Amino acid sequence: MANLKELKNRINSVKSTQKITKAMKMVAAAKLRHAEEAARAARPYAERMESMMVSLASGLEGQEGPRLLQGTGSDQKQLIIVATGERGLCGGFNNSIAKAAAAKANSLIAAGKDVQILCVGKKGNNALKRKFGHLIIDLVDLSASKKIGFSDAQPIAQRALAMFDNGEFDVCTIFYAKYISVLTQEVTEQQLIPASIPEKSGDEESEIDYDYEPEEEEILADLLPRNVSVQVYRSLLENAASEQGARMSAMDNATRNAGDMIDKLSLKYNRERQAAITSELIEIISGAEAV
Amino acid sequence: MADMVTMDLVSPEKLLLSDAYEMVVIPGAEGDFAIMAGHTPITSTLRPGVITIYEGDVEKDRIFVNGGFAQVSDDKITVLAEEAIHVADLDRSDLEQRVKNAAEDIEDAKDDEVKRKAQENKDHLEQLLEALG
Repeated sequence: MANLKELKNRINSVKSTQKITKAMKMVAAAKLRHAEEAARAARPYAERMESMMVSLASGLEGQEGPRLLQGTGSDQKQLIIVATGERGLCGGFNNSIAKAAAAKANSLIAAGKDVQILCVGKKGNNALKRKFGHLIIDLVDLSASKKIGFSDAQPIAQRALAMFDNGEFDVCTIFYAKYISVLTQEVTEQQLIPASIPEKSGDEESEIDYDYEPEEEEILADLLPRNVSVQVYRSLLENAASEQGARMSAMDNATRNAGDMIDKLSLKYNRERQAAITSELIEIISGAEAV
Repeated sequence: MADMVTMDLVSPEKLLLSDAYEMVVIPGAEGDFAIMAGHTPITSTLRPGVITIYEGDVEKDRIFVNGGFAQVSDDKITVLAEEAIHVADLDRSDLEQRVKNAAEDIEDAKDDEVKRKAQENKDHLEQLLEALG
C-alpha cells in the first residue's frame, strides 16, 4: 500500500507542476503579443532613420566622414554588448546568445584583440562570468522595467558612445536574438559602431537630391549617435519578443511532458491498485477454501 | 481644395501621426520653415520647438518636439522625434524641468562645442516657456 500512496503523491506533484508551466505559457503568450506589437511599432522610426542615413552617407562618399561612420581606422579594441533576458525558464534562449558571444570573444582574443564585454540582462552575465569575468565591464539590469522603453536603451547607447569618445574601443558589436516566429529565434550579431550602413539601393528614394540644413556632416554627426540608441532599442525589443517566444515554446513542451508523465504514472498507479485488489481477493478466497 | 502634404511623425516607440495637411511649420535647427505641397526635398535637424499644423489660415494642431530630424520629399514629410507631446498636454512644470536639465547639461559640458549646443537647447526651451506663458 505504501507504494500506491507514493505514486499518488508523485502524480499530484507532477500535476501541480503542469499547472505552473501551463500558466507560465499563457503569461508568455500574452507578453509575447505585447512585445511583438512594440517591436512592430518601433519599426517605422528605425526604417526611416536608416533611409535618411543611407541618403546622407551616399552624399558623403569619398569624403572624410564622422568617426562613428568611418571608424577609428583600427579594430584592436573591441566592445561586445551581450543582450539577454533577466529570467530563465525559456529554453535555450539565454544560452544560445551567450554562447555566440563567447565564441566571438574567443576568436577575437585568439586574434590578439582587446575585448571588453558589456552585459545587458543578468542571465548573460551569469553565463559569461566564469570564463570572461575579468573582461565584463558592467552589467545593465533591466529587470526593473516591465516593458522595454526607449529610455531603457538610451543609457546603454550613451554609455557606449562615451566610451567610444574616450577611445576605449574601436568597434562595438551587439548580440541579441532576432524574433522570427514563436519557434525560431535567430542569434544575431550586429555591428553598432562604426555604423553599418546598408548598400545604397537603386530605388528612386535615394536618387532624390536633398537640400541639407545645416550641412550634411553636421546632420550626420547628430544622426549617428541617435542611430546607435535606435539600434540598441531595436535589439532590446527583438530580444524581448524572442525571450517570450522561447519561453512560450519551452513551457509548452514542459506542459506536454508533464502530461505524458501523468499518463504513465496513472497507468502504473492503476495497475498497482488492481494488483493489490487481486492479491487481496486471492487471499480471501484461499482463506475460505481452507476452511 | 489645395494640395496637401502628408506628414509622418515618428517616435522610436511608435508612429504618432500620419495624415495629410495643407501646411506644416517645422522648427528647423536654422530657423522655422513652412512646408506646403511642392516643397524642394530637404533634410534638416530640428531644435526643441513646436511643429504647427495649419488648415488654411487656422492653426489646427501644435506639437512639441524635443529635437530630431525632418526629411521632405515628394509632398511627404517625415519627422523623426525622440519625444513629441501635444502642446495642450504639455504643462509648465515639465518644461521648467527641461530648462533645469538643460542648465545642468551646460554645467556638465566638457568642451565648448557641447556647451554651445546645450546653451542653444536651453535658450529654445526658455523661449518656449515664455510662449506658453
